[in-house]
Amino acid sequence: MAYGEKVLDHYENPRNVGSFENANNVGTGMVGAPACGDVMKLQIKVNDNGVIEDAVFKTYGCGSAIASSSLLTEWVKGKTLAEARQIKNTQIAEELALPPVKIHCSVLAEDAINAAIADYQKKQTI
Amino acid sequence: MSEQTANKSAASNSAAAKAKQKPIYLDYSATTPIDERVVTEMLKYMGPDSHFGNPASRSHSFGWDAEAAVEEARKQVADLVGANPKEIVFTSGATESDNLAIKGVAHFNQKRGKHIVTCKTEHKAVLDSCRQLEREGYEVTYLDPMPNGLIDLKVFEDALRDDTTLVSIMHVNNEIGVIQDIAAIGRICRDRKIIFHVDAAQSAGKVDINLDVLPVDLMSFSAHKIYGPKGIGALYVQRKPRVRLEAQMHGGGHERGMRSGTLATHQIVGMGEAFRIAKQEMTAENERLLKLRNKLYDGVKDIEEVYVNGDMEHRIAGNLNISFNYVEGESLLMALNNLAISSGSACTSASLEPSYVLRALGRNDELAHSSIRFTIGRYTTEEEIDRAIENIRVAVEKLRNLSPLWDMYKEGIDLNSIEWAAH
Ligand SMILES: Cc1ncc(COP(=O)(O)O)c(C=O)c1O
Repeated sequence: MAYGEKVLDHYENPRNVGSFENANNVGTGMVGAPACGDVMKLQIKVNDNGVIEDAVFKTYGCGSAIASSSLLTEWVKGKTLAEARQIKNTQIAEELALPPVKIHCSVLAEDAINAAIADYQKKQTI
Repeated sequence: MSEQTANKSAASNSAAAKAKQKPIYLDYSATTPIDERVVTEMLKYMGPDSHFGNPASRSHSFGWDAEAAVEEARKQVADLVGANPKEIVFTSGATESDNLAIKGVAHFNQKRGKHIVTCKTEHKAVLDSCRQLEREGYEVTYLDPMPNGLIDLKVFEDALRDDTTLVSIMHVNNEIGVIQDIAAIGRICRDRKIIFHVDAAQSAGKVDINLDVLPVDLMSFSAHKIYGPKGIGALYVQRKPRVRLEAQMHGGGHERGMRSGTLATHQIVGMGEAFRIAKQEMTAENERLLKLRNKLYDGVKDIEEVYVNGDMEHRIAGNLNISFNYVEGESLLMALNNLAISSGSACTSASLEPSYVLRALGRNDELAHSSIRFTIGRYTTEEEIDRAIENIRVAVEKLRNLSPLWDMYKEGIDLNSIEWAAH
């Protein structure tokens, strides 16, 4: 599989790799399945103003899956939850120039941010 | 400078960097380079000043010379595997040989029965030939191998029926390198008068084959797996007792009617020379390859959660297939981009398909997705193995630091206890 420059860049130098301790202001989204060959874990740290002040990821998957989640952490930082929810898989796919067979990686990234936001919001209602 | 040109020059810079650093080739089961000695022989049958004639031309020396060369090559191929030259039919490769053997025998014997037995770990050339026969109304039993990749003879025997006309089992598996006991399988077939075909694309020149005593009726060969040219192969068709099959290619009646088409003299000469060299050098070469393979394995086996796929005893010297658990195969290939290797996990479709061979061994999804095949060959050096080991260790560590599954494993979480959302 030949990859584009941006995928390679994120793959070689992934941004924001890591994990947060579980806390009330942290939302965690884990999507995908080992059986399908990719699992993404995205965590966001949200401040009192509802702004994502930090984000980290870990991904098991192909280069496009790693690049999609790495790019996602860059994009969500500084965004409000409402803004972050607007991120669409098509934008990720376009930015990384993903080939058609890798579009599902960007779909997974979109699922991951939505899952992380949902997890955070669930914690706030308890 | 616009962004586009900036990208372009970055791309060409890295392309230049890549061209400088040629990857280490560890994919000898995919194909091999042509041995220089083979190239030299082939060139004698190509240019205007060469013996370029059509071996079927009976009226001049161009034809006679080409025919003599083809017959010499036929003998060289036969010699490596203990066959009579008259039992060798040249084809375009093992794919064609498999098709000819399987469809040819099934069609010829359809009045006797329409049941075929094969194994789930066969090459696609065998599996898809069988699928085609199923569409034509044949029944095929696809055996599950044991977890080590070998066939359980009891399971095999139980699968045979009165209407079974053909068994097709490969000698050496292309992904995991395990060697099947074709002598034992063949004896069972003989007892029941079932025709036995063996795909030997990955075993010729690597494992001793003596068809003079082996109970095998048909055997497929390919030249490009043992330092010959691509696009040429052969099918061994036993003469005593005579195995009959229906031709799949019709035309001028070449190769005793079994495979029409002008013989590709230079390719055939190349195959002959490659088989001659293999016969001469196989023992010494296997010894060297085994040392390199063991060195490679010793260099990575202490990494946590590393699993060898396939039996380590009944295995060719040049193959090592390992799963690096919790690391996905394609990203590992990317991290090892200075190694030319192949992954069992083909992440090319929306639904990622792990290797069907590893799945047939009963490997779970994570292990099947994390497998890498290293195949070592004639031009592999010890220094290359050292470099490969170092690269693998760095890459696995990097990707495990990125892997949420690795974290979960380290925390003692059973991945099977989690309800994953399939996508
Ligand atoms: C076991 C096996 N059978 C058949 C083939 C097909 O051989 P060829 O490329 O000569 O058609 C291969 C090689 O890909 C192989 O490994």
